[in-house]
Parts: sequence; structure tokens; C-alpha cells
Amino acid sequence: MTTAERPARAVVSRSHILELLTQMVRIRRFEEKCAELYTQEKIRGFLHLYIGEEAVATGVMQALTPEDAVVATYREHGHAIARGIPMTKIMAEMYGKQEGCSQGRGGSMHIFDADTRFYGGNAIVGGGLPLAIGLALADKMQKRSRVTACFFGEGAAAEGEFHESLNLASLWKLPVLFVCENNLYAMGTALDRSEAETDIHKKAEGYRIASRAVDGMNVVEVEGAAREAVAAIHETAQPHFLECRTYRFRPHSMFDPQLYRTKEEVEAARGHGPIKRLLDWGSETGFIHPSDLEAIEIAVAQEVDAAVAFAEAGTWEPVKDLIRDVVAAPAEAWR
Amino acid sequence: MTEITTTYREAVRGAIREAMQKDERVFLMGEDVGRYGGCYAVSMGLLEEFGEDRIRDTPLSESAFTGAGIGAAMGGMRPIVEVMTVNFSLLALDQIMNTAATFRHMSGGQFNVPVVIRMATGAGKQLAAQHSHSLEGWFAHIPGIRVVAPATLEDARGMLWTALEDPDPVLIFENALLYNRQGTLAADAGPVDLDRAAVRREGDQVTLVTYGGSLFKALDAAEALAGDGISAEVIDLRTLRPLDDATIIASVRKTRRAVIVDEGWRSGSLAAEISARIMEQAFWELDAPVCRVCSAEVPIPYPKHLEDAAIPQVPGIVQAARATLGK
Repeated sequence: MTTAERPARAVVSRSHILELLTQMVRIRRFEEKCAELYTQEKIRGFLHLYIGEEAVATGVMQALTPEDAVVATYREHGHAIARGIPMTKIMAEMYGKQEGCSQGRGGSMHIFDADTRFYGGNAIVGGGLPLAIGLALADKMQKRSRVTACFFGEGAAAEGEFHESLNLASLWKLPVLFVCENNLYAMGTALDRSEAETDIHKKAEGYRIASRAVDGMNVVEVEGAAREAVAAIHETAQPHFLECRTYRFRPHSMFDPQLYRTKEEVEAARGHGPIKRLLDWGSETGFIHPSDLEAIEIAVAQEVDAAVAFAEAGTWEPVKDLIRDVVAAPAEAWR
Repeated sequence: MTEITTTYREAVRGAIREAMQKDERVFLMGEDVGRYGGCYAVSMGLLEEFGEDRIRDTPLSESAFTGAGIGAAMGGMRPIVEVMTVNFSLLALDQIMNTAATFRHMSGGQFNVPVVIRMATGAGKQLAAQHSHSLEGWFAHIPGIRVVAPATLEDARGMLWTALEDPDPVLIFENALLYNRQGTLAADAGPVDLDRAAVRREGDQVTLVTYGGSLFKALDAAEALAGDGISAEVIDLRTLRPLDDATIIASVRKTRRAVIVDEGWRSGSLAAEISARIMEQAFWELDAPVCRVCSAEVPIPYPKHLEDAAIPQVPGIVQAARATLGK
């Protein structure tokens, strides 16, 4: 796809605003159901919810084409849904069923999907950045006009791989869109307790990467910034960096008593959550009609129910296949 | 058949050059591979031949450029990542272990990582404890990757292309003492298999199992043993993961005795793994306990006499082999 086919600005229309709202509601309701299923022990392991941060994945994905690549984190249900992986396959993955998008081998933290060029689901903080560099390098060397969107939290900025990868992307002029989801806490460690420079986007400037901070609770602003960044990547053949300032409404994982922040702080953040913000703005501007949300909620509830039914009906991978796909060669050769 | 006189270094360089010529997706990247010509001069001259895009100098960012090789492989390229030495590969271990080795399985078979990662290994150049270790046994512990150790000129010349054709990650360990080793090689030497161990010397009284830089010490030991009337068979593992049990066990069944020579430390070593497999598969055919000659459990020291004492040497191998015969 050429730059001309990728509008640098979103076309603000009623249908588009409803699309953004629908995507965020899909993520929100999917994850609320996941939390419920976790208490029922249908979903096990770690479960990191994205609730509160939906505007980031929703907005950025609008700027990508199917040819582009996505590298995400262990808090990636929202990215997977917004990227277009069927909710049924994601839910089956949450269950560990072989109908899941990673055949159930990965679970919540390792969603992969070749069809949508979704390269995980990475449970090593910062681990996805070098991978994104390599995907973009392959595109550049093969003269393909693609972008690799690389999501990571602000906690990743403390990792060496963050700095190594930003430097390489800039040095080699790679088409990477770095998206920092700054939710202020690296697990339980507040940003100002872990970083000497808390303006994360300024770190990118140190590597001569164009960067900006945006209101990550405003999906329209995120989408606009992402579209501009993607257009600039194509125009300048340089990476771009977005710091999306957001907030996680739920605990880090299901095991987190949240001793590191106050209930008041969380409540205050919920007061300007991304769905509420869009609803308020959409109502004021007339893009969203009073009955829209109800219609969306009904459709999403049906989709979530269908996803749960799909996962429930899913099957367990036979134990005989335990070591299949460790390598391409037949497992018997690799005892 | 025409033969040429060459070195291990030139054989590796020839393999890289041929791969670059045959497949435009192949490129080499690493620290000082370009203008410097490679820390061990392996890639000398390749920059001029193939240009900066394909002979790609990197910053000192082992994790990022190894990860970039992994990503580029997933994006359709066939990268050869050179990590200067195995000692520095620890800075890239996360990418090798958590990304390269896991993605095929963890993604349900959707993604594979056809990357090749080369690195120098081993002691013997008085480079002390942060440049001399043999950690290939650690990597051989990891499911999802193939680990090879070319010892001969034929393997130095031939393993790379086969590794590049492997759809999964392959790590190539080149013992640093081998680069200057000279010998003859068929002028048309080409790709070799990465599956089978090789019997480098036949014998029927004791099997010496080894790989990489220790191969030539084991062959010297076998020669010395022959002088004492002891017939030793020498097996070059070639591939450290997956191990070729069949060749090892067939030899041990014949000789009924085994000595494993491994420049890694003894505890938790590849030698321990091979020993266990011999016990599991040929215990009742043994005439003596399996014996190991490994590195001393110490960070490799700088002074020559201590470095020599720390790693396997010919007299130690001879002594161990004789001991299995009660001599």
C-alpha cells in the first residue's frame, strides 16, 4: 500500500467513531468476562488485563494495514482483538484449548496469529523490541513498504533492550512505530521510583527519533497521532515514537493487592476512562446517538458469549503431541 | 579430486561467501564484521565484495542485534548473526532462549525462526576468565535450537549452508584455536549434514567422544595410545543438539569403554549428558566406568601454565583412556 492510500488523518465520521467505540467495548467486555472466568478457574496462569488502556491499541491499529506487523506485550488481549484476531480464537487460547490462536500452548501472555502478522504476546519485558527491529529490517532489506508497530510499557524503558533497539532503529533508519503504553506502574513500581527521566518520549529524542506524548485515554487523539506517525515513517524512512499516557484500572495481574497505589487514585482515573471520554465527546458532537451504546453492548455481549461457547466446546491437545513443533524435524529425532 | 590448502578461517569465510552468492536473503551482521574484517578476521574482504547492507556492522548491542537477526529471519531473510565470542552471547541469551527457541512451539507452529548464530568459543589464547569459556553445553540444553561445533575444515566449510537451510535456529560454535589450523580441502567442498557424529579414527578398545577444539587433542591422544598398543576410536560429535546417540552407542558397544573429552566444566556438562546416555543405553556392555576429561571447575586463568592445566590436554586424555583398560 502506498502512502497515498494511508490517510494521515482519520476521517472523523459517525461510522468511524462508532467503530472506535465498538472496538473499545469489545476489549472491555472480553476482559471483564476473562476476569470472571479466572475466578471460575477456567482461565489459569497469569492474566494481565488491559482495562483502562483500550484507547491505545484501538487507536494505533486504525493506522495499520494488514501488511504491517504487530509486536505486543503480555498485556495484549486488547491488541489482539483490535488487530482483528477472532475473539473466539483468543478466548480458546485463554482456556488453553487447541482451537486457540496459538493452539493453546501460549495462553493469555502468548497470543500469536500469522494471518494478521501478530508476533506475540511477549512475557519478557522489552523482549519484543529487538524482534520488531528485525521484522522492520527484513522489510527494509526486501524493499517492502510496511511498518512494524511495537508496543511496550514504560517499564521496558528501564531495560537495555529498549535503548539498544531505539539506537538500532534510528541508526539503520527502520520503519518501526514504537508505542510506549505508559500506565505509570511497572507492575507495582511507580514511574518516578524507577526512572530518572520520567518523560519517556524524551529518551527517544536522545536517539534522534521523532517522538511525542499523547493523551492515551483519548482514542481519537491516539489514532490521529498514530496515523501521522505511520505517514511520517513512510515519508522519512525513519522510526517514530509515541508515548501514550494511560492508566491501568485493574491490578497488574489477578494476584496483585495493589498496595502501591490508593483506591482514590484509581477511582479518579476511572472518571476519565477512554470509553467514557469517547461517549461524552461523541454525545456532545452528535457523532454518537443515545441508543448506539446499547446496540453495541448487545452485539458485543453476543460476541463474548459466542467466544466463551467456542472455548468451552474446544478440545485439549493430546499429550502425545506434547513435543510437536519444538522444531520442524520430527520430534523423534530430538530426544 | 583437486584439493586446496586452506585454513579453518578461510573455510568459514568461503562458506559465508558462497551462501551470500547463492541466496540474496543471506546477510552477515555482528560487531566488527565489516570494516574491521571480523574479530578473528573471518569476514575479511567480504564488505568490499557484498557492501554494507549485507555485511552489516552493529553497535555493541548483543541482545538487540541477535534479536534483530531473529526478527529478520521471521521476516523472510536468512541472517547470519556473528556474536564475537560465546562469553558475550550471555548478553543475548534472553533473545536466543526466550524468543528464538520458543516461538515455533509457543505460537502453535505458526512461526519459525530460520536464523544462524555463529560464535567463537574456547580457551587457549591467554584471554582469561571473560573471554575463554566453553558454554556451548549450556545452549545444547535448550529445546528448539540446533547446536553444532565444526572441528574439521570440511565442516567449517560445509555446515553453514545446511544451517541456513534449517527452518529452525542453528548455533554454530567455532573454537577460536581452530581458525589458524591449516589443511587440505576438496576444491569443490560443499554442504554437509548436521545430523550425524563422525568416526574420525577407528579403533576397538576404547571410544574417545569429543567435539570442536578438543577433537585434535583426542586424535593426538589416540596416536599416543596406539604407540602403547591401545586401539582408540575417536568420535567427533559435530552436532551437540540433537546428539547422535546411535553413533556413540554403536562405538561403545564395540569398544566397551568410553572417555568423554569436553572443554566445558564437568558439573552439569555435555559430557555428563553423554555419559548418562551411555549408561541408559549400553550399561551392560561396558567393561569399565565411563570416564570424563573436562575443564577444571575454575574461571579460566590468564597465565599459560594455569590455563593449560584448566582445560583438557593430551596426557590427561591418554591417562583416562588407559585407566578404562586398567592400565
